[in-house]
Amino acid sequence: MAELNIRERQAGDITVLDMDGRITIGEGSVALRSAIRRLLEEGKKQILLNLAGVGYIDSSGIGELVSSYTAINKEAGELKLLSLTQKLRDLLTITKLLTVFDAYETESDALSSFK
Amino acid sequence: MTEQTTRLVLPSHIEAVGEAAAAVTDFVQSCGIGEDAAFGIGMAVREAVTNAMVHGNQEDDTKSVEVVFNCLGNALEIEVRDQGAGFDPTGVPDPTDPVNILKTSGRGIFLIRSFMDEVEWFGRPEGGTTVRMVKKF
Repeated sequence: MAELNIRERQAGDITVLDMDGRITIGEGSVALRSAIRRLLEEGKKQILLNLAGVGYIDSSGIGELVSSYTAINKEAGELKLLSLTQKLRDLLTITKLLTVFDAYETESDALSSFK
Repeated sequence: MTEQTTRLVLPSHIEAVGEAAAAVTDFVQSCGIGEDAAFGIGMAVREAVTNAMVHGNQEDDTKSVEVVFNCLGNALEIEVRDQGAGFDPTGVPDPTDPVNILKTSGRGIFLIRSFMDEVEWFGRPEGGTTVRMVKKF
């Protein structure tokens, strides 16, 4: 079984990635990077990462979230986060990255926040 | 809580980080450590082992990473040893500083320090670096 499974769906112009597994150095981080690159190549720049199924993330995975954020911003797009687990929320709090990312608890709130 | 020691020798491949993570999960359970502390200890070990493999040993197949877990009376002590060229932790910038916040790397040592009570790095007489981490109960 893959370290990180990513399912893609559309909600209007917004692409939702439902992620299940772990975002850690190696396979998980690479899977996220590949998915974001592919979406940008397809011109999909409004992206919502549903992290409800992500039980673990390491510093490499956190770095990949930051890399995704900057890559999408550079293309004048938006990246937002949905359904952080408590542990992930704690990690983004201590690394002060919750001041950078827009994170939402419900999908409807997240979707309506896109410009 | 019984005093016990486990020693693990890993190849310098990032795929082996998961092996260290599984070992630390088993070890902290056998030491009777709670789930919240176990999460932080597991993360610290993952980050230290990743640093040892990638930055210390430069993923060199001929070098290994040794992890030693010591469950003491009121603390868990973990050492991660590499065979690299040495490491100066004072040279690592603060990843929470606004000028560094969007950097895509450099958070591993910060996370280790966040989750463990004592962390120190020292050079080994035979070469390489040891990071010693302690979590108190």
